[in-house]
Amino acid sequence: MGIELKMELYTKTDDRVTSSQLDHLKMLEAESIFILREAAAEFAHPVMLYSIGKDSSVMLRLAQKAFYPGKIPFPLLHVDTSYKFPEMIEFRDWYAKHVGAELIVHKNQKALDDGANPYTLGTQKCCGLLKTRSLLDALAEGGFDAAFGGARRDEEKSRAKERVYSFRDSLGQWDPKNQRPELWSLYNSRHHKGESIRVFPLSNWTELDVWLYIHSENIPIVPLYFAKEREAIVRGEQILLLQTGVRPLPSEKPQMVKCRMRSLGCVPCTGGIRSDADTVPKIIDEMISFRRSERENRVIDHDEEGSMEIKKREGYF
Amino acid sequence: MSTATPEPADALSASASSPTAPKSVAEALTHTAGLLRFSTAGSVDDGKSTLIGRLLYDSQSVFEDQLASVRSSKINRASGPIDFSLLTDGLRAEREQGITIDVAYRYFSTPRRKFIIADTPGHEQYTRNMATGASTAEAAVVLMDATKGVLRQSRRHAFIAHLLGVQHIVAAVNKMDLVGFSQEVFDRISGEFREFADQLGIRNVYAVPVSALEGDNVVRRSKRMPWFEGPALLEHLESIPASAGAVSGPLRFPVQYVIRPDASFRGFAGQLASGELRPGTSVMALPSGVKTKIQSIVAFEDEPESAGPGNSITITLDDEIDLSRGDMLVAEEQAPFKGTEFHATLVWMHSEPLDPHKIYVLKHTTRTVRARFNQIRHRVDINTLEHVPATKLDLNEIAAVDVKTTLPLFFDPYRLNRTTGSFIVIDPLTNATVAAGIIDGAIDSGSGSRSAAHRKHSTREERILRFGHPAAAVWLKGRPHVAELVERRLFDEGWQVQLAGPNDFLSHELVTVAKAFRLSGYITVFCPLDDGTDQKQVVRAIFGPDSFFAVRITDDTDEEAVERIMNVLRKWRDTYSDPYKGKS
Repeated sequence: MGIELKMELYTKTDDRVTSSQLDHLKMLEAESIFILREAAAEFAHPVMLYSIGKDSSVMLRLAQKAFYPGKIPFPLLHVDTSYKFPEMIEFRDWYAKHVGAELIVHKNQKALDDGANPYTLGTQKCCGLLKTRSLLDALAEGGFDAAFGGARRDEEKSRAKERVYSFRDSLGQWDPKNQRPELWSLYNSRHHKGESIRVFPLSNWTELDVWLYIHSENIPIVPLYFAKEREAIVRGEQILLLQTGVRPLPSEKPQMVKCRMRSLGCVPCTGGIRSDADTVPKIIDEMISFRRSERENRVIDHDEEGSMEIKKREGYF
Repeated sequence: MSTATPEPADALSASASSPTAPKSVAEALTHTAGLLRFSTAGSVDDGKSTLIGRLLYDSQSVFEDQLASVRSSKINRASGPIDFSLLTDGLRAEREQGITIDVAYRYFSTPRRKFIIADTPGHEQYTRNMATGASTAEAAVVLMDATKGVLRQSRRHAFIAHLLGVQHIVAAVNKMDLVGFSQEVFDRISGEFREFADQLGIRNVYAVPVSALEGDNVVRRSKRMPWFEGPALLEHLESIPASAGAVSGPLRFPVQYVIRPDASFRGFAGQLASGELRPGTSVMALPSGVKTKIQSIVAFEDEPESAGPGNSITITLDDEIDLSRGDMLVAEEQAPFKGTEFHATLVWMHSEPLDPHKIYVLKHTTRTVRARFNQIRHRVDINTLEHVPATKLDLNEIAAVDVKTTLPLFFDPYRLNRTTGSFIVIDPLTNATVAAGIIDGAIDSGSGSRSAAHRKHSTREERILRFGHPAAAVWLKGRPHVAELVERRLFDEGWQVQLAGPNDFLSHELVTVAKAFRLSGYITVFCPLDDGTDQKQVVRAIFGPDSFFAVRITDDTDEEAVERIMNVLRKWRDTYSDPYKGKS
């Protein structure tokens, strides 16, 4: 019963849109399901990186479909930096239960105990410790030889060249100049002990495809994606929600802003956008008229030209 | 020729009101033409990045902050307002060196369809990247510079696209602004390209004059080239039929994953490579040869009534049969080849050359086996397209080889089925993907036979599947030794061929001989004596006018004559359509 009530909270759609023809979404769906099954068949210990965002929600639905009526044959792994929005954590626990998947939550407790935080370390170092290091530790601890990620090639320039099966050496590092060729849908899963492969079933999806699919499949997402009056501080172009961990500068005053999140990350590094879109179709309408890319509100990508590529080489998703 | 005022088709400052981007949710949902994947190839200065940047920009797939980041980039080489190539060249090394070294995928949509571009470098040392990009593409945009004409690179790209089964070739003659939008220049370049494409047997070439820099004929038709009446590049790409559901041919369902949640349910999951199935469809399992029927198609929400090519599905069967990953469900009447030996074309992708004595890992559909490539029949020079003898195969080289696998594969020639006709080769020690393979056909030996379940005698269609062509006669007058050269060449390339020389039979036996070879499906090379008795018409009637080629050699050299005949035959073979057609 509780689950049903929650479902309404997490899916907001209306019937303005009739999805009579979904040719291209069906093709993307079929390809993603093929990739999920292929990896589940060929790897000994796969795991799905679950980041709670909209892409993760879509990836999870595809996994449900791929193995129906069986259960998803691998666990979900959430790398918790402990700087996530509380709504995300609440959603995560609800959704994993709803889907019936095993959920592993991993924190870099040592770094946190040593006082790792984005304010004194800076975003790059903080991400390095709490996300990248933590992820690599979690993969090694679990003995996982493959990890599904929800990354899309349209997100960022260096991702455009990432393979569907992205090989990582025994230190979890990516070598962009020495990637395996990937032809047809014949994926090479072979690796030595200690090496692993990141598998990206949503490689060919765009942000718009993700939203269209969420709409047509009525997939639950974190309510932070829907516009609402929220207490925030406005810092230049960024709208930062007033939550634990956000530290206003002396000159900044909290105010109510109708806004939503376009992508979800850690509280101090993820800004909102002004928006009235409080249903999925309205978000899609907004997307279509958008002229700004979704990672723009992620502070980390802008630290340095090519910063995503540097992080990815080190093992970031 | 028109002398319209040179005025850009649209300015770079184009507002957000681009006519090509979807306008509403409903519009975005109804990409009526589905999804199209196309490849491009090019080098630094032929304007490829500019063309792609233009397509992305004009379809509103480039976001303002990305543009801003390009504008402020430390290494912006641009002299103009926006250097589009900075949008597309993703990796640091490329941005710094100004080259494109890998395959990058780009996405954009119009109200009509979603596009995926496989953007690849064009230099010879990136042949493997071109092949990778072409492997999933339905169309290829071959970019040519109007000031330079048809270069080796353009030919190479067209050849690789054709080799990898790309159906639609678009010849985009770029930089028309630099040649005064001259129709004459366009006609000359596109004519030369068509001639080359013709030789390869490429049927669908669309040539379009464009200026990527200024936007002419890219998204909208240009007013500055009123002599050109065809659609703009993007309009043409929108009109290419989507391949989804268009994979004709008999049922091929490679089993990918067995779903067994409990003892009561056993489902077989996979992506349908070709054909259709619905509850009640008769299928045969390979390798066992056991026959059964589809019981149901199981899905997350509703049970679909049928499934077509490209669908990822889960099915249950009427009978409990032995079936697991790597096996295949097929149409009983039109089974694939089942065997351990076949002819293939390899694109070598690794710096360590092919070792004919080494045992490699070969992945074909969902089946992984061990394989050896102990015979290189010839290498293809990708610039001249000549077949050259070879004893080794290096990075970026392409060769026809004989393959021998440890376990049988269930395959079709690549020309008939891209999924069941392709494989990759993996080095068992380093695990690197070292080659891409295209199956040309079975080797004519006991092991390369059709499934054992075929108890009826072989049919014409089956012979066409095996040989890759129906019967034909080459009536060659002038130089008997050229007939021998042609026969040898055809034989070496895997054709089913027989030389019928003047001393092989008596002249009154000709009709019997011709009929026998026609029934057996042979390409028969006749070299009649010039004794006045012209039996040409008799043989022509036996083989039929479409499969009869009379050749008179006059002043060509031997090599030219062989090449000429080979081109005619290749073209004929390629225009010979899918033998499954009309046979559902």
